[in-house]
Amino acid sequence: MNKRLIYLDNNATTPTDPRAVEAMLPFFYENPGNAASRNHPFGWVAEEAVDYAREQIASLLEVDSKEIIFTSGATESDNLALKGVFDMYRRKGNHIITAKTEHKAVLDTCHKLETMGAEVTYLDVSREGLVDLAELEAAIKPNTIMVSLMWANNETGVIQDMKAIGQICEKHGVLFMSDATQAVGKIPVHPREVGVHIMAFTAHKMYGPKGVGALYVSRKQPRVKLTAQMDGGGHERGMRSGTLNVPGIVGFGKAAEIAKKEMQQDAERLSRLRDKLELALMASLEEVYLNGTRDSRMPHVTNLSFKHVEGEGLMMTFNQNIAVSSGSACTSASLEPSYVLVALGLGDDLAHSSIRFSLGRFTTEDDVDYAIQALTQGVNHMRDLSPIWEMYKDGIDLSTVTWSEH
Amino acid sequence: MAYSDKVLDHFKNPKNVGTLDKSKNTVGTGLVGAPECGDVMRLQIEVDPSSNTIVDAKFKTFGCGSAIASSSLATEWLKGKSINEALTIDNMDIVEELALPPVKIHCSVLAEDAIKAAIRDYQVKNGIEVTAEASSH
Repeated sequence: MNKRLIYLDNNATTPTDPRAVEAMLPFFYENPGNAASRNHPFGWVAEEAVDYAREQIASLLEVDSKEIIFTSGATESDNLALKGVFDMYRRKGNHIITAKTEHKAVLDTCHKLETMGAEVTYLDVSREGLVDLAELEAAIKPNTIMVSLMWANNETGVIQDMKAIGQICEKHGVLFMSDATQAVGKIPVHPREVGVHIMAFTAHKMYGPKGVGALYVSRKQPRVKLTAQMDGGGHERGMRSGTLNVPGIVGFGKAAEIAKKEMQQDAERLSRLRDKLELALMASLEEVYLNGTRDSRMPHVTNLSFKHVEGEGLMMTFNQNIAVSSGSACTSASLEPSYVLVALGLGDDLAHSSIRFSLGRFTTEDDVDYAIQALTQGVNHMRDLSPIWEMYKDGIDLSTVTWSEH
Repeated sequence: MAYSDKVLDHFKNPKNVGTLDKSKNTVGTGLVGAPECGDVMRLQIEVDPSSNTIVDAKFKTFGCGSAIASSSLATEWLKGKSINEALTIDNMDIVEELALPPVKIHCSVLAEDAIKAAIRDYQVKNGIEVTAEASSH
């Protein structure tokens, strides 16, 4: 067995681009300053590096650098956005609208806000994974303060119609917050252009380091105010106290600069490889289903269900070599299949059978060819072992079987 | 999660995969679990009626690595056992043998249920008094 490792789990995290690592290194020992130290050269160098990174990120998003607040990652950014807006605007209203397919960093924060007096609407999505715009508009009430919808989904790669959602929010005068963690650095993300007012994202999903993220907060039209969730030295315009992670921020900035330059060529190359992977698996195997729309999705992601094969078992056939992820219950501690796929109306059986492939900047054509071969063998092996595949092949309608639920 | 070597071995080289002719009176079939739950086990035994001994056992399982390993191990243990001996196999024996983590204990429960369901099917088919209790889980 070939022992090389193939990483097709870039939606979980990306490798840090060596160019970003190189940019970070001088900020561990040679330039150790605290960016908040205003009175000596160590501090000045650090502050200058942070300002430069802020510019690099702002340039990628086409926003003002003053609108970028550094945090520890997207989870913190989501928390700061939702809790900070709720705290600041609760006298105006307590209603927040989001969707069932959001990341846990948004959903669990909304659940917490419900215990603090918020009213939250969790919108359904279509079979394609898209929010229904009429349903969204109908959900807006006089006490609605914010709509929070992700730019691109982590499991399916489905991209929401951000411009249309932005127009609805604008029309009704509610804030539009977006978790853009999976989109920034991979597709053009320009919050001002589509009417997003607050936006969470992170370095480690765009070839930067882990442990550093950011929140875009619009400063004009509208000027969004947030209540800080971390109290202390008043860093980041008072919105997020805590010593800045200078090396991390420098790496984040470099990653943004590289993304701006290389995004288009990466996207073109990866969508070609992704399509090759998808088409080859669908050609060589029966009963393979694409989860989420084909028409509006990230270029490097595909989420497929291999009917009558359990995802974790399937991964075990190749996980010494290939890293992917599954919506199967057996990969989670909760023993529930992916709530995102269930929200698409998939049925638990197909959710258990799903595999997410997320390619990245360092994925090669050889990697994809190898994965096609390994997946085909793995699915065939698991189907040879599967009693329900045998029943399906014998023409038994599985919906008529009485199963012993346990 | 890291599995034990025994789970990995059963997963890579599952023992007794296959199908017995369920129309035969000497064959008992147990089908437990549900596709919606992410695991379905079908375990079959062939019994020699003169000695009341299990002479063959086969399985097919839709499920994770531990579910496949649990059913593979169960078929290994069943062969050569009498019906009464087979009924004493407890799910915790499987947990111990495969060093299953707590989150995977339900896989061993399913295997025990499958053994009992197969024996029950054999007994019902042959008009023998049913000694395989219905699942207590």
